[in-house]
Amino acid sequence: MNVLNEWAFVGVFFALSWALPALPIVAAVFFSPKKANAIKLQTYECGVETVGDTWVQFKVQYYLYGLVFLVFDVEMIFLFPWAMAYERLDTFQFFAGIVFIILLLDVLVYAVKKNVLEWS
Amino acid sequence: MDVCSINNIARCLVNSGFDPALAQFITILLGVVVVASFPLVVVIFLIWVERKFAARIQDRIGPNRVGPYGLLQTVADAIKLIAKEDITPAGADRLVYNAAPIMAVMSVLLIWAVIPFSPIHVGVDLEIGALYFVAVASIATLAIMLAGWSSNNKYALLGAFRVVAQLVSYEVPLVFALLVPILFASSMSMQDIVHAQSGMWFFFMAPVAGLIFFISSQAETGRAPFDLLEAESEIVAGFNIEYSGMKFGLFFAGEFMHVLTNGVLMAVLFFGGWLGPLVEQAPIILGPLYLFAKSTFWYLLSLLIRNTVPRVRIDQLMDFNWKFLVPLSIVNFVVIAVLLRLCEALGIAPAAANANDFVANIPQTLVLLLGNAAIAAYVLNRLRRAGREQRLAEAGRTLAAVGEKAAVAH
Repeated sequence: MNVLNEWAFVGVFFALSWALPALPIVAAVFFSPKKANAIKLQTYECGVETVGDTWVQFKVQYYLYGLVFLVFDVEMIFLFPWAMAYERLDTFQFFAGIVFIILLLDVLVYAVKKNVLEWS
Repeated sequence: MDVCSINNIARCLVNSGFDPALAQFITILLGVVVVASFPLVVVIFLIWVERKFAARIQDRIGPNRVGPYGLLQTVADAIKLIAKEDITPAGADRLVYNAAPIMAVMSVLLIWAVIPFSPIHVGVDLEIGALYFVAVASIATLAIMLAGWSSNNKYALLGAFRVVAQLVSYEVPLVFALLVPILFASSMSMQDIVHAQSGMWFFFMAPVAGLIFFISSQAETGRAPFDLLEAESEIVAGFNIEYSGMKFGLFFAGEFMHVLTNGVLMAVLFFGGWLGPLVEQAPIILGPLYLFAKSTFWYLLSLLIRNTVPRVRIDQLMDFNWKFLVPLSIVNFVVIAVLLRLCEALGIAPAAANANDFVANIPQTLVLLLGNAAIAAYVLNRLRRAGREQRLAEAGRTLAAVGEKAAVAH
């Protein structure tokens, strides 16, 4: 298979993996009873009536974890080509990669020292 | 003219008068249908396996009424779920609310596109297969966030926040562990990774990376001990609280499928995938057989852990990831990269000509194993010390509390 066909396969697969799980949901529309009423459609919070808006501001801690994750996720993308070309790397390129990873480790140590990764 | 078989459908169709482009499309469509429906069919039996397994551990019998050995229980459940009323709560974001359960299944299903079943049977052998896996697996995080956000329920939103924090965190060690097979194989294609293991399975060269991959994929599935997303006592049911009927079922079908997918990925990345004796002679039978024998091992291990280990607290969960798994996976990656380089420099790495030879791989494997053992010994020692300190501190607190009580009593 050439490259175009490979990605055509992924494209068709993508479409079908939306369609296949959607099938039972669509089937449920035809077979399930529909007896909605206002009380049934209320937000379920253990029987207590819901207070205030749901879409509130969230704890900043989640955001900090998200940021640290983002740093690692972006840096890891650079390691994929390095790992792939591993056999063809010369000594300088090899150590450049190692230094890069050690810097990444340094980021982690810094984040821990700054108490960013502390769940309080 | 060739005999028509699964391996040459395209040529066969062209020979029988189809337009080449159309024939190509039909081939692709057939392949997709086979590969995509396979996990969906298998999951019906997996749910049965899982329930039986859990029942046996808890000294119960498990499903045994519907069909032989209760095998059709899941089918009955599916019919029931389809026939149940589907409630969309007032104030929910309808489009997102309905799309989220489909995306949860989709993210797992898409992984199967790059899984090699045998030397010749693979959905599509992408050159960037491993990267593709990372990309589609993170759609699951999105699905959970969307489900929690669109339900218009505070518990669902809280649950979703926690799960997303967990899933993105455990993706870091997962990807670092995934880099190790790429390093060994010098390729991101899943098929190449399997071929590169014909001399030695990667698990024996990098057991630490294999275990990190297994642990973090267990966390990615959201299973015990990492099942904070369904901590009933704290957040009712987590992100899927407002879901009912088949949409609720789809989240669970996705989770069950994910466990098997983790097993298959473990087998492909670290246990030689479809490799095994005589596989080249009968690829269509033996390839999938070996692959599923290996993945069943990891699948059952995952079930065993799920059913026997208590749930961790959320601060422990995050600390375990960021202060243990992430540094360990990074250090492990560096150590393996350096040792592999060292092996090449010292000339103990197998030459390209006999890279597939088991004996030629032994010296290099021993060196790598030694490195892994050193990492493991250091880590276990540190853990033992930290555990003892914590126990002593707790014992000290208890003693102090008892002393205070005694003082008050006097």
